[in-house]
Amino acid sequence: MSSRRSRSRQSGASRISDDQIADLVSRLQQLIPEIRNRRSDKVSASKVLQETCNYIRSLHREVDDLSDRLSELLESTDSDSAQAAIIRSLLM
Amino acid sequence: MAESSSISNPDANSNLSRKRRKIEPKTPAGAPTETGRPRWQNDVEQQIYSLKLVDALCHLRRPDSAAATSRAVRDAADQVLAVSARGKTRWSRAILTGRLSLRLAHINKKHKKAAKRAAVGESRTKKPAVQKKLPPLEKKVKVLSRLVPGCRKVSLPNLLEETTDYIAALEMQVKAMTFLTGLLNGAVSSSAAASGDSSLADRG
Repeated sequence: MSSRRSRSRQSGASRISDDQIADLVSRLQQLIPEIRNRRSDKVSASKVLQETCNYIRSLHREVDDLSDRLSELLESTDSDSAQAAIIRSLLM
Repeated sequence: MAESSSISNPDANSNLSRKRRKIEPKTPAGAPTETGRPRWQNDVEQQIYSLKLVDALCHLRRPDSAAATSRAVRDAADQVLAVSARGKTRWSRAILTGRLSLRLAHINKKHKKAAKRAAVGESRTKKPAVQKKLPPLEKKVKVLSRLVPGCRKVSLPNLLEETTDYIAALEMQVKAMTFLTGLLNGAVSSSAAASGDSSLADRG
């Protein structure tokens, strides 16, 4: 199992170096508020991936909630006043 | 920050003037090569997204007022988000082609189910060589690849790049939709208040 270092699983043309992956993981780390706020440099890659999945799922849920509310609001208001309000606020 | 806004402004103007534009394969000259977070954190980008989303939502309502379901709103939001990516990322292309292949996938699924039941197939695994002991890291990578649309068979560095862009785009989507919800809330309550006031004024 430890000898399963071969990245032949990956379909990429070149061998993916650990450094590359570490670099990308650290970039990802910067994006996730959870990890950013903890300010520890020693977050493991698995933790980063886990937090990434959780974060994406929570963002999906937020979008679902927002679209629920938006659909309700759209039902109760006519499109003209809505558009007018939005354009007004964006122009100011 | 000023740099990025000055570069994206010509894009903004051309975007507003050509709403029905398809994804163009070539990148506009002078566009920054780094398409990561700076693009999605741009205020102008967010405003453009809000406008396009409102346009799409109003088109939803016109044919049939019952069509403004939450699912339809979510789909419209994703579509507009994918278009804003201008075809540079895999997840955006997957979203845009997803709607087309969704119906095909449904039909295919039905055929597959019928065929399986007839043959009483025992091998339900998709891959012939199933690794029993996936290291936990790879499992997480799999989960992540399922969350990001269109990235199931992508190599790890590409997947991580797509993820960073996808997260930034989702954040912008949330911000823009929150903004729109607040506006509509204000519009609804103000119109209700106005009608309430007028009725009071009549009585008084």
